[in-house]
Amino acid sequence: MPDDALFAAVTDPANRADPYPLYARLRERPVARQRDGSYVVSGHAAIRALIFDPRLSSEDLPPFRRPPTGNPIRDWILNPIRSRIASAHRPLIFRDPPDHDALRAAVMREFTIPRVQALRPRVVREVDALLDACRGRERICLVDDLSYPLPVSVICDLLGVPESDEPQFQTWATQLATALEPDARGDVETRRHTVAAFDAISDYMRGLIREKRRCPTGDMLSGLAAPGPGGRKQMSDFDLIATAILLLVAGHETTVNLITNAMLTLLRHPEELARLRADPERAPRLIEEVLRFEPPVHFRTRKALGAITLAGETIPKGAPIILLFAAGNRDPARFDAPDRFDPDRPDLEHFGFGGGLHYCVGAPLARIEAEIALVALSRRLVAPRLMHDPPPYRPGASLRGPEQLHIGIDGIA
Amino acid sequence: MSPEPAGIVVVGASLAGLRGAEALRRGGYDGPLTLVGAEPHRPYDRPPLSKHVLAGALDAGATRLPELTALRARWRLGNTAVALDRAARTVRLADGAVLAYDKLLVATGAEARPWPAATGGGLTGIHTLRGRDDARALRAALVAGPRRVLVVGGGLIGCEATSCLRDLGLPVTLVDPHPTPLANALGTVVGGVIADRLRDAGAVFRPGTQVRAFEGDASGRVVRARLADGSAIEADLVIAALGATRATGWLRGAGLMADPGGLTCDGACRARDADGTPCPDIYAAGDAARWPIPLYGDRLVSVEHWGNAVAQASHAARNMLAGPGDQRPYAHLPAFWSSQFGINIKLVGLTAGADTVAVVQGSLAARRFLAVYGRGGRSIAAVSFDQARWLPAYAEAILTGSPVPPITDATDQPRIARADPGFPPPRRAAPAPSPAETAHA
Ligand SMILES: Cc1cc2nc3c(=O)[nH]c(=O)nc-3n(C[C@H](O)[C@H](O)[C@H](O)COP(=O)(O)OP(=O)(O)OC[C@H]3O[C@@H](n4cnc5c(N)ncnc54)[C@H](O)[C@@H]3O)c2cc1C
Ligand code: HEM
Repeated sequence: MPDDALFAAVTDPANRADPYPLYARLRERPVARQRDGSYVVSGHAAIRALIFDPRLSSEDLPPFRRPPTGNPIRDWILNPIRSRIASAHRPLIFRDPPDHDALRAAVMREFTIPRVQALRPRVVREVDALLDACRGRERICLVDDLSYPLPVSVICDLLGVPESDEPQFQTWATQLATALEPDARGDVETRRHTVAAFDAISDYMRGLIREKRRCPTGDMLSGLAAPGPGGRKQMSDFDLIATAILLLVAGHETTVNLITNAMLTLLRHPEELARLRADPERAPRLIEEVLRFEPPVHFRTRKALGAITLAGETIPKGAPIILLFAAGNRDPARFDAPDRFDPDRPDLEHFGFGGGLHYCVGAPLARIEAEIALVALSRRLVAPRLMHDPPPYRPGASLRGPEQLHIGIDGIA
Repeated sequence: MSPEPAGIVVVGASLAGLRGAEALRRGGYDGPLTLVGAEPHRPYDRPPLSKHVLAGALDAGATRLPELTALRARWRLGNTAVALDRAARTVRLADGAVLAYDKLLVATGAEARPWPAATGGGLTGIHTLRGRDDARALRAALVAGPRRVLVVGGGLIGCEATSCLRDLGLPVTLVDPHPTPLANALGTVVGGVIADRLRDAGAVFRPGTQVRAFEGDASGRVVRARLADGSAIEADLVIAALGATRATGWLRGAGLMADPGGLTCDGACRARDADGTPCPDIYAAGDAARWPIPLYGDRLVSVEHWGNAVAQASHAARNMLAGPGDQRPYAHLPAFWSSQFGINIKLVGLTAGADTVAVVQGSLAARRFLAVYGRGGRSIAAVSFDQARWLPAYAEAILTGSPVPPITDATDQPRIARADPGFPPPRRAAPAPSPAETAHA
């Protein structure tokens, strides 16, 4: 395969189960031009340099191989979510400084460690209830039975969505899940659903925000809707809606993948699963290593605002850049024996949560959810075994994770 | 029994001394190791003294530096080195002890310039701030509730102190001979941002003038300052933040190139003797050292930067253990940080000699920006106010001598205008290198 077609191969669903040999080839040139003019950055050092480079933009991302229908209006209406996002509802993950920083600062003021810690009991309860519901079965699908529903209910709690509205939220979350996938394909019908879900959840949020302003309930949305330091509005209502939806979308499929990838990896390394069962304190290390070894987010895209010379290659102004975090995570120049799953490695500076100014704001929450889920799974699944290896994957190459993970069990403890 | 080898002696038991000693052990040195320190304390960290300690958030005693490697060292604390005999390879201490050395690391740092006795220096209530004990005494004086505090000198320490005092709600006046604070370090264009912040915070700023003398009451307590412009400021507590001189007095008569501007070294951290020949057995690191910096045309510089003390000490230690044919040059891009008035300031590079400054991201008005300094068209330094995340990219540009501005087409980039950075004119007026021209002045 020619070097400039490697990334096209990465996006090919046929390579979803094991993209790592392709990453190894890409890393031979840490910054590699692809046939379509984009640049794939796969070396740890090069990614690190770029996430701190002021010439990288997350705004106005170039359209990603979107097949035109030939009718511009139709294209606009049916288009991947991206063009919608690009207009009124563009959330902070797709914005640059200084706007990005102001929005993010407001979110960080609310996303406090005590608030995240306070979600623990809720996560424990939720995980237990989901596992209780599997009693009497000989096999579970980890994705459907636990990974998928858990994050949405936690985010609802965080934001302050009333419990009675959660089922509705679960439906929207499912329809929006792929919104951050740069290569959002899907047929026209799917896209129509996604756009409809966006409109519906936006209307819902508008109402909820009005409600939280009138009668604040101590949750994150109430906090964001309240006046900020100096008595001024922290953000416009548009931005508030976009932020709330972002928290839902960014914290959903990512967390699903983390829990699922972690369990998949543990089932492939039964000795580690046994050690976790015996010692739940190992969970944080395991999770960090999963974030390096099988990260939920494999890459993110950017645009070069100016020419950037790096690792012997000059990325021209305007070129799309793919930060291939998952390849940097396995760079032998940075990690010893990078293809070995080793929770005890001393150096864990991975890009599982990205890095630089867009570093994941939800990282502490994601860690707590994964930790609680993994410990419960290790203790409560009796004699778990993997039914299919590799499992079937969802189409996304960036938000990469199993579509289903069937685990045979002798019961739920 | 054969006599014990003399081993390595480190004079100065603070940041550079400690990190140097640790690097010697990590580098495999197994022989005798002695650390001599004038202060009675184990090595502690100075940056918090003018920040958290003055603010009362951290006790002066809680600044001890973590010791990262088992040192197996003899500590001679509370004991000052008073003389060096290079021929005999000995260091004499204040208590009369004489220590033999095979190799010597000079890490005696710098000391605060005191207010001259002739113009009121002996009065009670006039403080300097360099060490832990200074900080403790000053903190006690602040808690006692002074009516007005006068800070003399708007360098980094003077500004940080002023910021803390305002946080404590104390009335404070800052006097500086230049039009803005931080003029020597950052120039008046950038210094103007601090001048504004300082006034917003409720401090009185008196630029362009100097304190001539202090006057005391009958009990010998300071009551007012007389200024060069003829005015007076009533103040019962004074912080003299006049910069620092290098603690090299004990090297007088040793035949080295040492003066209050530092101990001159070669590019490999070896001290030069009076003829300029590098001594194979004497090295220096940290604030005490003055060395030729390759990136700036081998100009001799000394800095008061935490990061340099750490890096230079490890580098010197490495060379101390290496053979004469394997002395590696010290290549370091100077950098420091400061926090004041809620702003996190970071600088990379050296601003000395800059003829241009350009704001390349953010804006001065927003007090969140990144500015690049240029000399002869090349980027030589960059400063960030609450924008430190981008500095690595600019550091790279400085290392490669990129033009000003080094980076165009960045996010949050204003229309780039070049300006005169406004450094005080005679930056090299003093006969010997004066503290005012060191980078942490
Ligand atoms: C209040 C304050 C705030 C600072 N803030 C910052 C900051 O924010 N950022 C930054 O980058 N830098 C900062 N610095 C500078 C930084 O602390 C210094 O660069 C660093 O301490 C230098 O370390 P050193 O070991 O070379 O010298 P020093 O820390 O000065 O230590 C030298 C030691 O040697 C001892 N000594 C001196 N003479 C003798 C002798 N003859 N015999 C035996 N012992 C002797 C001294 O007592 C002292 O303990 C600050 C400094 C101060 C004082
Ligand atoms: C395992 C779970 C998660 C993973 C692996 C993950 C990963 C990431 C990554 C890689 C980015 C960087 C995007 C970029 O650089 O373009 C990011 C950003 C972000 N994440 Fe997460 N995330 C997770 C969970 C969450 C959760 C639970 C939330 C919130 C509830 C969240 C909210 C966000 C937000 C708001 C951003 C954008 C930050 C910005 O642009 O400044 N994430 N995440």
